[in-house]
Amino acid sequence: MGGKTVSLVIAGSGGAGVVTAGSLLLEAAARAGWYAYMTRSSGPQIRGGEAASMIRLATEPVASHDDGYHVLAAIDWENIDRFAAEIPLRPDSVIVADPDAGEIPAKIAAMGARRVGLSMKSIAQGIEGGRPNMVALGAIGAMIGLDEACMLEVLREHLRRKGEAAIEASIAAYRAGVIAAEGFPAVPRLDRQEAPFPERWSITGNEASGMGALRGGVRFVAAYPITPATEVLEWLAPALPKVGGVLVQAEDELASINQIIGASYGGVPSLTATSGPGLALMTESLGMAVAAEVPIVVVNVMRGGPSTGIPTKSEQSDLNIAIYGLHGDAPHLVLAPTSVADCLFTTQWAVHLAEALQTAAIVLSDQAMGQARAVIPRTAAIAFIGQREKPEAAVQAGEYRRYALTASGVSPMAVPGMAGFAYTADGLSHSESGSPSSQASHHGEQLDKRLRKLTGFDYGEHWADISGDDDAEIAILTWGSCTGPAREALSRWQDSGGRAKVVAMRLLSPVQTDKLDAALAGVRRVLVVEQTHSGQFHRYLRAHYDLPGEVRALHHPGPLPVRPGEVIEQLSHWR
Amino acid sequence: MDSCATAQKLSAKDYKSGVKPIWCAGCGDFSVLAAITRALAAMQLPPEEVAVVSGIGCSSRIPAYTSVYGFHGVHGRALPIATGLKLARPDLTVLVTGGDGDGFSIGGNHFLHACRRNVDLTYVVMDNQVYGMTKGQASPTTAPDWEGSKLTPDGAGINPFHPLVVALASGANFIARCSSSDPKNVAEMIVEGIRHPGFSLIQVLSPCVTFRPEQQDWKRMVRTAVVDCTDDPARAARRLMTDDGFNVGKVLYKGNREPFRAEAAASFHVDELEAGFTVGG
Repeated sequence: MGGKTVSLVIAGSGGAGVVTAGSLLLEAAARAGWYAYMTRSSGPQIRGGEAASMIRLATEPVASHDDGYHVLAAIDWENIDRFAAEIPLRPDSVIVADPDAGEIPAKIAAMGARRVGLSMKSIAQGIEGGRPNMVALGAIGAMIGLDEACMLEVLREHLRRKGEAAIEASIAAYRAGVIAAEGFPAVPRLDRQEAPFPERWSITGNEASGMGALRGGVRFVAAYPITPATEVLEWLAPALPKVGGVLVQAEDELASINQIIGASYGGVPSLTATSGPGLALMTESLGMAVAAEVPIVVVNVMRGGPSTGIPTKSEQSDLNIAIYGLHGDAPHLVLAPTSVADCLFTTQWAVHLAEALQTAAIVLSDQAMGQARAVIPRTAAIAFIGQREKPEAAVQAGEYRRYALTASGVSPMAVPGMAGFAYTADGLSHSESGSPSSQASHHGEQLDKRLRKLTGFDYGEHWADISGDDDAEIAILTWGSCTGPAREALSRWQDSGGRAKVVAMRLLSPVQTDKLDAALAGVRRVLVVEQTHSGQFHRYLRAHYDLPGEVRALHHPGPLPVRPGEVIEQLSHWR
Repeated sequence: MDSCATAQKLSAKDYKSGVKPIWCAGCGDFSVLAAITRALAAMQLPPEEVAVVSGIGCSSRIPAYTSVYGFHGVHGRALPIATGLKLARPDLTVLVTGGDGDGFSIGGNHFLHACRRNVDLTYVVMDNQVYGMTKGQASPTTAPDWEGSKLTPDGAGINPFHPLVVALASGANFIARCSSSDPKNVAEMIVEGIRHPGFSLIQVLSPCVTFRPEQQDWKRMVRTAVVDCTDDPARAARRLMTDDGFNVGKVLYKGNREPFRAEAAASFHVDELEAGFTVGG
């Protein structure tokens, strides 16, 4: 645990203000010029219940959690032991707890961290309107070296509507926490940053996906709520009308996928967001979008499965259904963002590709990036905007062939309103004109052209994010939110004199065999890293690619994230 | 279609494609196809500004038999496709066609919510109380004691669904019943349905001569409804609940609910939304 980064947990029962404290700390850290990554864990209760904000702060951008936490600040201990596995502590970690809140739960005490008492409740009671979470925040701020001015600025803004008394009470409680923390054991203190700071965003992966959709040109969204994807839709709901778009709440996922197919058939780039159970319901219609060649994008924010699984926690186990879940031979796009920030780019790129290739695109985000909030460098706008090829006006009436066999496989697509180009979009096998046909030749040539348009397209450099040593003999192959810990492991490996590269695959389907072969030139050892029980990504790689030399696979199910230390442990076999 | 052609008066024939229907001789759906094209001609709608959307089943084949834009979707999902299309493209006239199985069984939930949402769509359901494409199984509108199916040889044993009552209760804004034996009347109902704002349901009794040959008698059993259209849901409900299903030829209910519209007026550039993410901004 280096000095450039510090990891904290603020935990407590419902109403303790854990989530608020986490958000305030994130905002203050951002104003101090630091970067941040924050996730939350909560009990199954609809409201209230135990909660924990897990926060990592750093002087450089961070994409995932560390191996453990330096500080656990517990406002009380009600059911917090349920999170024990998610908040690994080490002997040099510090538990800040209220002596009046009772014993430290055995599972947490067993991790052997140092302990200090902070009487949050009684200190807060001594301040009119003071709250224990602010006292905890003060202690944390002091321990990590947060500029108090940044926190006071955030408190003033956050509590503006509650009035001066509430602001003063919070400031007093915060300062009392700062004073009380004098003499607490040392944890990493982050360096103060020199202003002015480059422009930074505070954004969740789900918001970033929404923004990417709009930048890509999406103007119709159908929505059915599902954890942990709902925030994509809730962010888009007020945003879409501002840019001339429409969002409709559908009656179920069967309706939402078909509404976007209808809207896209009408010429408007369209998207929905869902999670595993919803994706399962949508698969029949995804196949229709492939067969009828209607561009659509589905952002699937993965959670623990199968069935209802763990709705609030992350896993990468929808890979198989995303790639193989459609009946028939139905080539389509599957893309995966590699970080919170990349949710924007990958969703935008997915819209661009779906429109250009007239097919369905699934964006496999996950709970760990979708619901994580990160402070990131501002993402520059890129030029990818969905562009659909339309037929030339010169085609003679009655001669338009919607599914014409072109060299690229992409056939110009008319939209209603274009006179002389009316056609019927169909999930039935059809001829070039679109007329239903069960003839072998028609079936074969349409299957060929739908495959050809995907495999023949030049996806450029975006198929993967590659980092590390070009000539390394060790490659870590990973995807999605395992990319962050894999890259962190890479950097530690390099710091200790090792050489390696990380290949984080953004384009999972269609497969990019030549590109991966080139990326793995000279590689003799491959470590596959993923968050599934059965090793879905490993099996996918084995099915489609030739992996060179020795292969190790690191995979475990959610909800525990893959941590950098686990990756290092695997690499250590090759030291 | 060039500008000269659009200036001329379009006939029903101009709304037909050259594709030959797969239907059995004597199928009621031929008349409904004729009625749709006749209605479009009566309204002189430019073909490129009309879309016909369907799911799966015999009657769901209709889009390809017309010369307007069409979408032949998956089983049961015609209404959501049409909803998305109409909300994204309010300038289009959107018709939905299909059968009783597609609409009331696999698509039942969408039927409820389409009525409730009241988007400006016209839904023409060809009801023959049987799944024809799969060779004769009981549908939601089949009588419980119909023993003609190998799948339910002793009858389905459950009471039929009453689509018009359900439509009324769910909020449909226009409800009519007609018979394929009178295509002129079906065309008139479709014109009225298109003209009336919101969700319009037109149930057409359309016999399946192959799997329900006894339905050939329907043309003798139907009668023109004696009561006039009402805008009072309570009155309409009483009529529909006491009705034997053979009162045809008239609009039974016309509501005055505002159709659901998704308002979109671009006032921002996408980049302006970024401000919401800027730290300390």
